[in-house]
Amino acid sequence: MTTLTMPAHPGQDASLRPVPWRRMAWVTWRQHRVALTGVAALLGALAVYVWIAGLQMHHAYATATACRPLTSPACGNLFLNANQMNPVLASGYALLAVPALIGMFAGAPVLAREMETGTFRYAWTQGFGRWRWTLAKLVALAVVVTAAAGAISVLFSWYYQPYFAARNPAMAFSEASPLTPGLFPLRGVGFAAWTLAAFAIGGLAGMLIRRVVPAIAATLAAYAGLAVATGGFLRQHYLTPLVTSRLNAPVAAWTTSQWLTKDGSRSPAHGDRAINLFQHLCSASALGAPGSPGKPPLSPVQCFLQHGYTQWTSYQPTSRFWPFQWIEGGWLLALSALLIAATVWLVRRRAA
Amino acid sequence: MNVVEASGLGKRYGGTWALRECSLAIPAGHVAALVGPNGAGKSTLLNLAVGLAAPSAGGVTVLGGRPAGSPAALNGIAFVAQDTPLYKNLSAADMLHLTRNLNRRFDQASAQARLAELGIPLKRKAGRLSGGQQAQLALTLALARRPRLLVLDEPVAMLDPIARHDFMATVLTAAADDGVSVLLSSHVLAELERVADYLILLSRGRVQVVGEVDDLLASHRMLTGPAAEADSYAERPVVHVRRAEAQAHLLVRATADDPVPPGWEAHPVGLEELTLAYLREPGAAALPGPARRGDAEPSEVTQ
Repeated sequence: MTTLTMPAHPGQDASLRPVPWRRMAWVTWRQHRVALTGVAALLGALAVYVWIAGLQMHHAYATATACRPLTSPACGNLFLNANQMNPVLASGYALLAVPALIGMFAGAPVLAREMETGTFRYAWTQGFGRWRWTLAKLVALAVVVTAAAGAISVLFSWYYQPYFAARNPAMAFSEASPLTPGLFPLRGVGFAAWTLAAFAIGGLAGMLIRRVVPAIAATLAAYAGLAVATGGFLRQHYLTPLVTSRLNAPVAAWTTSQWLTKDGSRSPAHGDRAINLFQHLCSASALGAPGSPGKPPLSPVQCFLQHGYTQWTSYQPTSRFWPFQWIEGGWLLALSALLIAATVWLVRRRAA
Repeated sequence: MNVVEASGLGKRYGGTWALRECSLAIPAGHVAALVGPNGAGKSTLLNLAVGLAAPSAGGVTVLGGRPAGSPAALNGIAFVAQDTPLYKNLSAADMLHLTRNLNRRFDQASAQARLAELGIPLKRKAGRLSGGQQAQLALTLALARRPRLLVLDEPVAMLDPIARHDFMATVLTAAADDGVSVLLSSHVLAELERVADYLILLSRGRVQVVGEVDDLLASHRMLTGPAAEADSYAERPVVHVRRAEAQAHLLVRATADDPVPPGWEAHPVGLEELTLAYLREPGAAALPGPARRGDAEPSEVTQ
């Protein structure tokens, strides 16, 4: 058997150039083209649907704005109809499932499938090196799905334009604000950022759980939890809310809470105690008390005001849409980078 | 140069040591066989050597002192894992392309020629190849990387005899023609007799026997004599005692020049026989240099 001549000098190892990063492009495409094609098909079909629905809705809205006199009930109905077209899209929540799907079916399997089928023993012993392999794959796929999500969110912005148009009387009923939880993440940089975060969650879940189906389920749970927590609790604290005692908060502002005060002390404005208080104070005068025939019943707020209460409203003004977008996009980007870094770190230190 | 060198190497999973205090040096230019019962730590040792696992204790270097799993180590080692994992939905041609992209060297021409010789269609998906063809494809990918060390974990366990023979023939050709050092683990002792010229026997997570096959065979003898005298034999260390009727067979550590007691006959041993004897006596050890463990008293196995 031949005796080998080996480069025994460490200098020769140091000059050993790593396999170029660009070689991972074909590898990533070839291994994930089914997932990427699926993402493209999903977003493509969605784009066609949103575009067609959008054309109809924009047309209905244009008809409504042309209606005269604008304040007549007939015109109001036209606006209402325009706003309520396409109930699936109207609230925006349904579209928040798209990042979840991308995280579940493009993100979670990247590592989970390698672990489940044992192919990581092949992939991680090639010359490319396993942490570079992981980083290259995750970053390339993340960039692609994020860019695709960013592109379709431009279409969403166009679709929802009439909702935020300044003189849309029907908005008084639906209280749409660009900061409203269903619509905020669909526009600006929000949708791309949520898609990136869902993908990164999927990648880490796959590495931690090592099985495809449980990793998909965990990705959905983590994404949904994060989205609900952000929309329900976190987002309203990005900047200190403004507070007003005027009855009508500025148009299209996002009202985050309301409360009553009397003589400088705060009263409960929500729930059973508010109802009890209202009944206690107002039942006599509001519920058709004798001596005031024909007078319409008082609204709770009016009743409280009559009794010396002040109503306070805290809100986020419309002008904070972009600051909020950058704040949310920024922390989601940082979170995603952290999750991807954690995944790469786990791959690097994992004991087979 | 040593292709694998371990000192005090240990690997713990949870509270259990899969491998412990493993010290060995496998010189280049051998087909080294790693044998041992299930759970002896064979896969663990191979995973540590190729850098898939990180040691809990001690260290392991490959290809003359390079840390296992380092870029230089990955560049020079090709590993075919147990059950030869391949991407089942990729074609053979795609697997070639994939492996070429993931490595600095890749001999596409020889890989294609080998697959053609084996009759493996380039367009067929890996998942639709037979077990033998999958193993051959994995081996072809590994050899096309022009490794200096080829590591195979139970490569033939799932193969039928013909596929097994063909697979090992490819390995031996690579070792002979290209000077590739080979480290393979296997249960199939009969196969090893034919291919291995270096033996590492693991037992209960420790190295029990290590050395060149020729040296090991030259330093062991099978003595056959009256069963009644088996217990009083004390001239050379006894590894294993096997009794059959009136006769006893003693595997002893002795060379051909050592004197044979009157009434006893000495025979050379084969690799399979030697390996089996040590597998049956986990307490016995044959290690080079100053013995790290005393030769334990053999227990008797009556036939």
